[in-house]
Amino acid sequence: MLSQIEGSKAVADAIALCRPEVICAYPISPQTHIVEGLSALVKSGKLAGCEYVNVESEFAAMSVAIGASAAGARAYTATASQGLLYMVEAVYNASGLGLPIVMTVANRAIGSPINIWNDHTDTMSQRDCGWIQLYAETNQEAADLHIQAFKLAEELSLPVMVCMDGFILTHAYERVDMPNQEQVDAYLPAFEPRQVLDPAAPISIGAMVGPEAFTEVRFLAHHKQMQALDLIPEIATEFQEIFGRDSGGLVRPYRTEDAETVIVALGSVLGTIKDVVDERREAGEKIGVLGITSFRPFPMLAIRGVLRHAQRVIILEKALAIGLGGIVSDNVRNALSGITLKGNTVIAGLGGRAITKVSLHKLFDEARADRLERLVFLDMDYDLVQREIERTKQQRRSGSAAENILRDVGVVAARPA
Amino acid sequence: MPYQPIKFYQTGSFVVGNRLLDQNERSVQSDTERLNSLTSGHRACQGCGEALGARYALDAVAKATGGRMIAANATGCLEVFSTPFPETSWRIPWIHSLFGNAPAVATGIAAAMHAKGRDDIRVVGQGGDGGTIDIGFGCLSGMFERNDDVLYICYDNEAYMNTGVQRSGATPPAARTATTQAVGPNPGNVFGQGKDMPRIAMAHEIPYVATATVAELRDLEAKVERAMSFRGARYIHVFVPCPLGWGSSSNDTIKLARLVKETGLFPVFEAEHGEVTAVSKIRRRIPVEEYLRPQRRYAHLFGEHGHPETIERIQALADRNIARYALLDDLPDSLKPPGSAVGRQVRWQSEDLSEQTSAMAILTETTGAH
Amino acid sequence: MPNKPFAITLNVGSSLANKTGSWRTERPVYVDRLPPCNNACPAGENIQGWLYQGEEGGDGYYRAWHQIMLDNPFPAIMGRVCYHPCETVCNRAQLDTAVGINSVERFLGDEAIKQGWTIEPDAPPSGKKVLIIGAGPSGLSAAYHLTMLGHKVTIADSGRAPGGMMRYGIPKYRLPRDVLDAEIARILDMGVTLGLNRTVRNVADEMAAGGFDAAFLAVGAHIGRRAYIPAGEAAHILDAVSVLRSMEGEQKPLLGRSVAVVGGGNTAMDVARTAKRLGATDAVVVYRRTRDRMPAHDFEVEEAIEEGVEMRWLSTVKHADAGKLLIEKMVMDEAGFPQPTGDFEELEADSLVLAMGQDADLALLDGVPGIEADDGVVKVNQAMMTGHPGIFAGGDMVPDDRTVTVGIGHGKKAARNIDAWLRDSRYEPGHKHEVAHYDKLNTWYYADAPATVRPTLDIARRTSTFEEVVGGLDETNALYEARRCLSCGNCFECDNCYGVCPDNAVVKLGAGNRFEFNYDYCKGCGICVQECPCGAIEMEPETI
Repeated sequence: MLSQIEGSKAVADAIALCRPEVICAYPISPQTHIVEGLSALVKSGKLAGCEYVNVESEFAAMSVAIGASAAGARAYTATASQGLLYMVEAVYNASGLGLPIVMTVANRAIGSPINIWNDHTDTMSQRDCGWIQLYAETNQEAADLHIQAFKLAEELSLPVMVCMDGFILTHAYERVDMPNQEQVDAYLPAFEPRQVLDPAAPISIGAMVGPEAFTEVRFLAHHKQMQALDLIPEIATEFQEIFGRDSGGLVRPYRTEDAETVIVALGSVLGTIKDVVDERREAGEKIGVLGITSFRPFPMLAIRGVLRHAQRVIILEKALAIGLGGIVSDNVRNALSGITLKGNTVIAGLGGRAITKVSLHKLFDEARADRLERLVFLDMDYDLVQREIERTKQQRRSGSAAENILRDVGVVAARPA
Repeated sequence: MPYQPIKFYQTGSFVVGNRLLDQNERSVQSDTERLNSLTSGHRACQGCGEALGARYALDAVAKATGGRMIAANATGCLEVFSTPFPETSWRIPWIHSLFGNAPAVATGIAAAMHAKGRDDIRVVGQGGDGGTIDIGFGCLSGMFERNDDVLYICYDNEAYMNTGVQRSGATPPAARTATTQAVGPNPGNVFGQGKDMPRIAMAHEIPYVATATVAELRDLEAKVERAMSFRGARYIHVFVPCPLGWGSSSNDTIKLARLVKETGLFPVFEAEHGEVTAVSKIRRRIPVEEYLRPQRRYAHLFGEHGHPETIERIQALADRNIARYALLDDLPDSLKPPGSAVGRQVRWQSEDLSEQTSAMAILTETTGAH
Repeated sequence: MPNKPFAITLNVGSSLANKTGSWRTERPVYVDRLPPCNNACPAGENIQGWLYQGEEGGDGYYRAWHQIMLDNPFPAIMGRVCYHPCETVCNRAQLDTAVGINSVERFLGDEAIKQGWTIEPDAPPSGKKVLIIGAGPSGLSAAYHLTMLGHKVTIADSGRAPGGMMRYGIPKYRLPRDVLDAEIARILDMGVTLGLNRTVRNVADEMAAGGFDAAFLAVGAHIGRRAYIPAGEAAHILDAVSVLRSMEGEQKPLLGRSVAVVGGGNTAMDVARTAKRLGATDAVVVYRRTRDRMPAHDFEVEEAIEEGVEMRWLSTVKHADAGKLLIEKMVMDEAGFPQPTGDFEELEADSLVLAMGQDADLALLDGVPGIEADDGVVKVNQAMMTGHPGIFAGGDMVPDDRTVTVGIGHGKKAARNIDAWLRDSRYEPGHKHEVAHYDKLNTWYYADAPATVRPTLDIARRTSTFEEVVGGLDETNALYEARRCLSCGNCFECDNCYGVCPDNAVVKLGAGNRFEFNYDYCKGCGICVQECPCGAIEMEPETI
C-alpha cells in the first residue's frame, strides 16, 4: 500500500510487521522517531507479543538485545552516532556470540565537536565489528532492508545493522509502498535460533577462548559473514517474488555499462548523484554510479566486476579516516587490485553539510579535466582552515578550533579580547 | 537471629543438613539430588568463596523454580573459572556477555520470556563486586529502576580478583590491594570511600533486597526462596571470602564469612520495598581484630609497626552497623544514640581487647555526625 | 554439538573432564575419634553411639537401648546409680552444660522395661559351662555377656536375692527395687541358672563338682571395716554395710532419734539419708577432712544437705557412749593431712554408724593354687584372670574403683576374656582412637541448648519416704537431651562437608552410610575439616 510517510515511521511499521519480541532502545537523535513509533505500537497493543524496554543507555540497549536474542526472541534496537559508540563493546559481543539482532543506525556524525547531523562516521567506525552492514538509499529501501535483515540475520545467526541517513531519510516524508502483514509473514519465518538459553536443553554461551582456538573462532566468524555474499542476493530475489520490488542486494550499479567514470557511494546521496549523472549523460558523458548496499560483507567481486572496464572511479564518502583519507575508497581499491584506473576520494557531507548537484557537477567537471586531487574535501572552505592552521602556528593556546572556525564564519559573536 | 527454621541441638540448624528432618524441610545443599548448578572441575582457587556462594544460590533458585531458570553472568572470576573453552562447569542455561552488562542481559532474557509467555522461567543475573557495583552499576540501577523481573546476585569478595586483586568500590578501608598497597603513612585502602550497594538497591524501592554470607547456608537459601516469591527486581548481596585476594588460608573461607558477620562489619539483613524487614542478630560478638588478623591484606595493621588506631576506626564502622541495624539484642550503651549513652565500655564475648574506646566517639570523629 | 557455535558455546557439565584433584597437596580423610564420654565410661559404653540412635526418637529408642545393651545390661540401673564420669568429661560442658547422658540412659532403660524389650544371644551354643560366684553387678554383667557369647552360665550367690550391693548397699530411694528386679530378670530369662543362699566354700571344688570350664569370681566387698573407737558398754555402734543390708530385711535397723555417721564417702551419705527416712531427727556426718576432700560425689552431699543431714567437717569421734559422742576438732596441716587440735565437743547420738569402707571375704579362695591376694583384694592380670588358669575375678574384690559401673565393666571385660580363653584364643580389645577433645570441634554449628533439669521429689517426701528422689525425663526431654550430644569425633551426618565443598567433591552415601571424598576433584582446600562440627575429618599430606 502506498503511503506518504516519514522515513522513521516507515521503518517502525516495517519492524512491527516483522513481529519482533523484544525492542530495547535509548533515545538519540535522529533515531528517536523510529523508537517512539515502535513504543507507541507496543503500548497500544497493535504490536502484540512484544516487550518494549526503556533502557538507561545504548550499552544497556544492546545488552538487553543480546539477552533477548540468546533467549530465542527476535530482538531489535536502534541508535545513532555517540550511542553506537557507547554500545560498541556490546556490539562486538553480539556478533561474537552470533546473535541475530537487527539494529537500525540513523547515521550521524561523531563528536567532538558534537554534531547531530548526518554523515557515516558512526557506522564506518563499526565496519569491522562483525555485523553485516546494509546501507539504505531511500526510505522504501530502508523499510525493505529491515525485513530482509531479519531473514538474513536469522539464517546466518549474525547481527545486521541497517544504516539509514539521519534526518535525510529518517525525517523525510516520501512515498513508500508499505508491505502488508501477509507478505511479511510469508517471507519471514518464525525465528528458529541456532542456539538458545533453554532450561529444557541447557548450554553455556559465551565461553572464554584462549590462543588455542581464538583464530579458528575468528575465521569462522569471517567465513559466516562471507556466506552472506551469496545469501543477500538470494533473499533479495525472494523479496522481489513476494513484494514485487527490486530492493536490497549487494550493489546497485546505475548506468555503468559503458561508463568511463563511475561514482561510488553509499546511502541517500546516491539519489542526488544519479540525478547529476543523468544530466551529464544527457550531455554525452560516459558516467555511471555504483551504490554499495552491503558494505559488510564487502562485495569485492561485484564491485570489481562493475569497475574493471572504467577509467576513473570517484569514491564519494561521508566519513573520513583521519590520517588516511577514505574508508570506502580503501576498500574499493582493495577490490581493484591489479586493475589500473584513476581514482579519487571525495569526502563529502560531513556533519550534515549538504551535497548539492551544483557541487557535484563542479566536482565531476574537475575530474573530467583531470584536475582532481586524489583526496578532496567537497565544498570545504580552504581559507578558513588555513587561518586556523596559521593561528595554531603562532600561538600555543589558540583555543578550540571548532569555536574559532565558527567565529570566523560569523556564527558565534567574537569574544571581547 | 540467624535463620533457624528448626531447632535441633546436636544437628543444629547451623549445619547444612539434618538427617532427622523431613525431606522437605532440609536444605537444598543437603540433598543428593541437588542440581550442582556449578559442578566439579571448575578452575576456582582452593577454598573459593564465590564458587561456593554461586552453587548455594543457584541451586536454591533451581529448587524454587523447578529448574526453570536462566542465568546471565558478568565477566569476572566466576565466569573465567567456570567456562574456559572447551569446558563449562554450569549445568543450567547460562550466558556470559560482558563485564558491565549482566543486569541488562538478564533483563533481555526476562523480556524474551515474558514476550513468549514463559514467565515460569525465571532469570538470574550475577557477578562479582566489580561487575556489579562498579562497571555494571548503570545497568544494575536501570534494571532495578524498571523493576525488571530479575534476581541479581552479587558475590562480593571486595576487590577485582580476576585481574589480580585491585581495589573496587567494595574494597573496605585499610585493606591492601594491588592498587591500594600497604605502603606510606596510611597503608591500604582509604577510609570514606566505597559504595553500600544493598542500601543503594533499597533506595530503588525494589521488592526485595537481602545480604547474606556463605557461612550461613540456611539463611542464604531462605533468602533466595523469599526472593523468588516476588516478581520484579530483587537483589541479594553475598559475602564471599577470597583466599587468594585476602591472603587467608583456603580452609578459613567460611570461618571468615562467619566472623565478619559476628563483628558487625557486614550486616546481614532483608529489606522489602525499601524498608528493612529483618536483621540477623550477632550471635557471639567479637571485636573486628579477630576477623582482620587472619587476613594478610590487613597484616600491616598488626605487629610492632601496626596501626591500632586504624583497627579502632574499623571497629567504629562495625559499631555503626550494629547501631544502624540493631544487630545486637542488647545494644551496649556505647552504641546507643548519644543522649541515652550511660556507660561507654563495650563488652566483648572475647576477652582479647580489654580496653575499648567509645565506639560512638570514634564514629563522631570519623563522620562528623553526632 | 554440530549446530552450536564453535568454542563460544559449550555443552553443560563438560568440566567434569578436568580433574582438579591433581592440584592437591593435602587430602581430607574421614576419621572416627574417641568421644571423651566413651573414653571415660567404666562400662565401656558407646555413649555417642547410642545417643546418636536415641536422638532419632521412635524406633531409635530401641536401637539406642540395644546399643547400650551391647556393653551394659543395666541401662535403667545405670541411669540411676552411675556416677556418670562421662558427663564430667563431656565437651558440651565447655559450651553450656554437659549432656544429661545419665538421664537419657535412664529414660531408655525405663522405656525398655515398660515395653518389655528383650535381647537374644547372638552366638551359637559353645557347649562350655561357666561358674559365676556372686550375683552383684559384676557377676550379673559377666553372666549376661557370657550368655550372649553362647556359654552356659550358673551363678551362685550367698544372698536371699540377686543384685549384690545394688540391692544391699544402695538405698531404695536411689534405686527402686522393681527396676533392679526387672533388669536382673531379663538376664535370668536368657537362660542363666541362679542359685541363691549358696555360699561357695571352695571354688576349685565347686568347679570340679559342677564340671565347669571356667569361673568368674565377683563376691564383692561386704564386710564393713571396723575402726577402733573407744566406747562405753552401752554405746550403740553399727557398720554402714550392715545398716544398708538390713534395710532389705524384715527387721529395719534401730538407729534412734539421733544418728552419727563416720566417714566421707557415698556410703556415709546413703546411711545418713536412710536414717533421716527412718525417722531420725538428727543425722550427722562426721568427717575428718574438709568438704572438698570428701570422696562422696558432690550431688550426693548436696542432696543429703537438702534433706537436712548435718555435716561436721574436720571432726573425729574420740569416744562413744550411750546417747553421746566425744568429738575432737581437727585441722589440716600443710601437707593436707588432718591433725588433732585438742579441742573437744560433745554430740548427742543414739547410734554411731561407721562408714569407713568395706573388705572382701576371700575365704572361698583358700587352698586354690596360684591365686594371690594382696591388701584384701585378689590380683588379676590384664585379662581379669587370677593366677589360677580359668579362674577370673572382678568387681569390688579386685583392685579398682568400687562402683556399680566399674563392676559392670569388669563383668564385660572378664566375659570377653573368658570367652577367648575357652576358645583357646586371646581377646584383643579394639584399637583406641585419638580422643576428640574440645579443640577438634567447631562448636559454632551447635545451637544453644542448656541442659534439661530432671524433676526432683519435694523435700518433705524425700525425708519421710523411700520414694525415688530423682525423677526421669519424659520423652520430649529425653529427645532434647539426646540431641544436645555433640557427637564428638564421630560423623553424625550433618551434611556440612557435603554442603561446604566448593568443588562438590564430597559424595553423600545416604542415611547411615556417611560420606566419601571424590579425590578426582577435591583440591584439598580443607574447608570440610574446618567446618566439620564434630572433628571427624582430618588433613593428611598427599603422597606422590
